[in-house]
Order: sequence, then C-alpha cells, then structure tokens
Amino acid sequence: MFAFIVRRAFQAVMVMLVIALIGFAVQKNVGDPIRPLVGERVSPEEREALAEELGLNDPFLVQYTRFIKKAVHGDLGISFIYQKPTTEVILKHAPATLELVIGAGLIVIVFSLPLGVFTALKPKNWFSKFVMGFSTLGVSIPVFLTAIMFIYLFSVILGWLPSYGRGETVDLFNNGYWQSGLFTADGLKHLILPSFSLASIMMPLFIRIIRSEMMEVLETEYIKYAWAKGLAPMRIWLVHAFKNTLLPVITVFGLQIGIMFAFTILTETVFQWQGMGFMFLEAVQRADIALLNAYLVVVATVFVIVNTVVDIVYGLINPTVRITGTK
Amino acid sequence: MKPTLRKFKESYFLYSFKRDKVAMASFIAIIMFLLIAVLAPWISPMNPYDSNNINIMSSEIPPAWNEFGDPEFLLGTDNQGRDMLSTMIYGLRTSIVIGIGAVALQATIGILMGLTAGYVGGKVDSILMRLADIQFSFPYLMVAILISAIFQLVFGVGKYEELAIPLLILIIGFAEWPMYARTMRASVIGEKGKEYVEAAKIIGLPKPVIMVRHVLPNSLTSLLVISTIQVANAVMSEAALSFLGLGMPISRPSLGSLIRAGFDYIFSGSWWITVFPGIWLVLFVLVINLLGDWLRDVLNPKLYKG
Repeated sequence: MFAFIVRRAFQAVMVMLVIALIGFAVQKNVGDPIRPLVGERVSPEEREALAEELGLNDPFLVQYTRFIKKAVHGDLGISFIYQKPTTEVILKHAPATLELVIGAGLIVIVFSLPLGVFTALKPKNWFSKFVMGFSTLGVSIPVFLTAIMFIYLFSVILGWLPSYGRGETVDLFNNGYWQSGLFTADGLKHLILPSFSLASIMMPLFIRIIRSEMMEVLETEYIKYAWAKGLAPMRIWLVHAFKNTLLPVITVFGLQIGIMFAFTILTETVFQWQGMGFMFLEAVQRADIALLNAYLVVVATVFVIVNTVVDIVYGLINPTVRITGTK
Repeated sequence: MKPTLRKFKESYFLYSFKRDKVAMASFIAIIMFLLIAVLAPWISPMNPYDSNNINIMSSEIPPAWNEFGDPEFLLGTDNQGRDMLSTMIYGLRTSIVIGIGAVALQATIGILMGLTAGYVGGKVDSILMRLADIQFSFPYLMVAILISAIFQLVFGVGKYEELAIPLLILIIGFAEWPMYARTMRASVIGEKGKEYVEAAKIIGLPKPVIMVRHVLPNSLTSLLVISTIQVANAVMSEAALSFLGLGMPISRPSLGSLIRAGFDYIFSGSWWITVFPGIWLVLFVLVINLLGDWLRDVLNPKLYKG
C-alpha cells in the first residue's frame, strides 16, 4: 500500500511539473516581460540590463527551476490587468465559482434523485417516458444556449430574475477574500439562473445513471427475496434498493464535479459571474499571460490533488486497483 | 460483393433498424443535414462570406412572418445584415467539417495508441494507458479551452482566426483521444486471445499486419458505437469554444459563434439571431445522439441501457 501511495504521489508531481513546463514555455515565448514593467520609452541598453537583472538571459532550465521554486511558495507572478499577485486574484475569484458549483450540485441532487428513482420504478409510466425523452433532449442542448434562453425568458420577457452579476454580497470572513452571495436575498436571486443553467447539463446524465443503477439493483436476488418475504414496497424500494444504488452514484458525482467545473467557464461568461472562469476569459482576451499561466497551474493542481486523493482512497477500499497498478 | 450485400440484408442490424422509427427518422435527418452542408453553396439564398452581399442597412431584420420582416430574408438577418438562413447553412457546414475532422483525428491517435497498448502489452501498455488516464482525469472541455487559449496567445488573434478550422480540429481531436484509446485497448485485449489471432501468429505474420488486418477489423463495432456520440461531442465542443470567442471568427461563423453574436442582441429583442442557430444546432446534435443511442443498444446490448 505504501508503495502504491508513493507511486501515485510521484506521478502527481510529474504531471504538475509537465503542466508547469507548458505554462512556463508559453509565458517565456509569448509577450515581453519587460514592457509592462518599464513601458516603451527605455533604451535597449537599459532593457538589456533589466533583463540580465531579472535573470531573463539565463538558460531555460535555470529559469524553469526558478519558476518552480517560486510557484511552490505560492508566487505565480503579477497579473497585468489587476496589478496584483495572480494567486491573490485567483483566490478572490474562486469563492464565486465554488458557490455556483454548490448551487448547481444541490439542484442536481434535489431533482435527479426522485426523478431517477421514479423512472426506474415505473418505466412504463407516461411521466417516466416524458422524463427520459426530456433527458435525451437535455444532453443535446449546450449549456450556454440554456443559459441564454433562461435569460431571455426570465429576465427579458418576464423580468423576474436578474440576468447578470452576483448581486449583493457579504464579506464572509472579514478579510476581503470570500465575498459570498449566499446570505443575502439579492445574492440568492442572482444565483438562481446561473445554477439552474449549470445544473441542466448534469441533470439528464444523473437521471439516467440513477435510473439504470436502480433498475439493475431491482433485478438482484436479495430484492426478490425481500419481495418474497412480503415486505412493504416502499421499504424495499427506499431502504433496500435505493441505498445500494447510492454508492456508484456518489462515485460518478465526484467525477462529474470536475466536469461541472469546466462548464462554469461557459455559464460564468453568459451571466458575467465574477468567478474564475470569467477571470480566465478576461485574461485570454487581454493577453494577461501571467494570470492565464497561474490559472492553468492552479486548476491543474486542484485536479491533480483531487484525483490523487481519490485514487489513494480507492486503493484503500478496493485492493484490486493497487494490484493492477503494479503490473 | 454480392454475398456481403445479402448478408447485410438479412442481418439483425438492418432488421432492428427497420423496426425502430426513431432510428430511421434520425438517420434520415442526419443524411439531410449532411446534404445541406455539402450542397450549401447551391442551396443557400446567398453567400454570407461574400461581403458584396452584405448590406448593413438590412441588419437585424426579423423573420419574414413578423410584421417588420422582409420576404427576401425568410429567417431574418443578423447584426451585420447577413441572411440568417444562409449563415446557418454555412455555419452547419463549418461545424460538421470540424466535428468530423476532429473525430477522425482523435480516432487515429486513439486507435494507434489503443491498438499498440493492447496488443504489445507490458511496459508500452502501462505507459500509454497511464498517459490516457492522466489526460482523462481532466475534463476534456477544460483541456480544449486551455489549449485553444494558449494557441490564441501563441498565434495571435488574427492568425488564429485565419487558421481556425485546422486548429480547432487539432484541439478537439487532441482533447478527446483517450476515449478511443481506452475503447480500442479493451476490445483488443478481448480479441487478442482468440483462435484466429493464434492462427495468424502460427503462419508467421508480422505483428503490425496481425494488428491492422486482423485485430482492428474485429474491434470496429465498439469504435462505431462511440464514434457517433463523439461526433456529437465534438460539434458541441466546437460550439462551446466558438461561443467563448476561442473558435470560429464571426466573419466565418460556425453555429456557436452565431449564437454568441446573437447573445449581444437578445436584450434588444432580436431573439432570432440566437434562437434559430440554437435550434439548428440542438436538432443536429439530438439526431446524432438518438442514432448513437440506438447503435449502442443494437451493437452492444451488454452496455447500460441508460
């Protein structure tokens, strides 16, 4: 087991180094790092001196090592747009994205669990057929189109809900980092449309997964035995069958959170939601390479850490994973 | 040729296709979409790429049935005064080219990787599959967005827009190859132990020949199943990238960039610039998904019938 953890951690570090290398190579080759510091009106000699002082003339590997050393200490350079350290900029935008994902996650759970269970129990019912048809359609609608249609319907025509921004926020820990919209009526109102749009991409998938898992469980021997014993249907469905569909569903949910994270970029663009995705696109449009690079490294770190932890936990629970790893 | 044809006519595949109305309808719809895309220059009312045809005075005209509509523009015009119908036809063409191109690329990379990994096994297998696993652990859309952002910075916006089609094919193809590699490998490992492979080995055929001429054709079924869904995914990814401004430029719009262009005008009530390309895109992806679902059920009944 120890060897497995070491191997997994080593792999994680290698992946991070490669991603940092890509980010660094982009930063190195695109744009001029000196110009934002001194402007245009500087003689070539002075520029050369500054480049020497900043270590820009050092060999690639030396610069890369320096970049890694700084990155480990949380220093990923200064954002050109915000004129602040990039890590600080990203940390300030992260809570908005997190709240959006939490909101969407809750909606997915609240709607897909009962719908999935119902369609599994009564597959011939007209409502189940409607839900399944709707979920096939749902998979085919891009998230940004759903978002635009929501805006058109609920903001432009009906005027019920706000169409952009986060509304009123409160400073959660009084240090300026976590501006939360979850505790004001206005903030929650602003959260409704974005989180429903984001949830719309995951909901069809979850309804299908819960349905197929539940149907599979309903066919097993122990459920047949429970029926033979004459237990009440509700007890069989909810206590015996449903409980056992949950484990695979939770696993998939964990994996899909990452995909949801990618879709926040689209949702945030439509609603001008001031999260990491919105910030990332701003960085791309205005060629803020340091910020783009920092985003790449931070997002990759989060994914690598989550994946590594999940893998190790899996290895603890399920020994076959470890064995296949050694082959 | 004749026995193959007869075999096809009597197959379960064709039998279940004929009995499934949804599959037939979506197949016909896909053929229609493809025909529209191929025949775009001949059937669209005007060429939206030709700036001589564009009159800024006729911008944002609502569809013809609206009281302010113009019978010349059946579905209205966009913000630059282009006929919506023609722009959508050309947009579909662009989306299809990118979708099919990207899937061809990911299939090529994935099949090569999966075939080698599955057949050769050992160290090669574990290295290749580790690579696929690592990339798989990042959501493909995220990978595509990040690569396109980097490309746009490296090439500069102007050059990127000029090269948009090949670059998008490259980006989406690269972002999704692990799916093919995994499917291919799983199928190769299943085939590898069978007698016909043993027989081919005994008559002394070299490894590459066995892999390409014998194992690959027998693994095509599972690849076909994922291919339809992958085309739908690629079209969706392209739309998403274009919507973010990382894909096709508005001068040569795909369906995604049309929706983006329309989004800016939705607050002023010009809903048709967004809604028509949106419906067009959803219909196209929907029929591919429907056909893909059917294919999966018929060819691979062991998989989930989700």
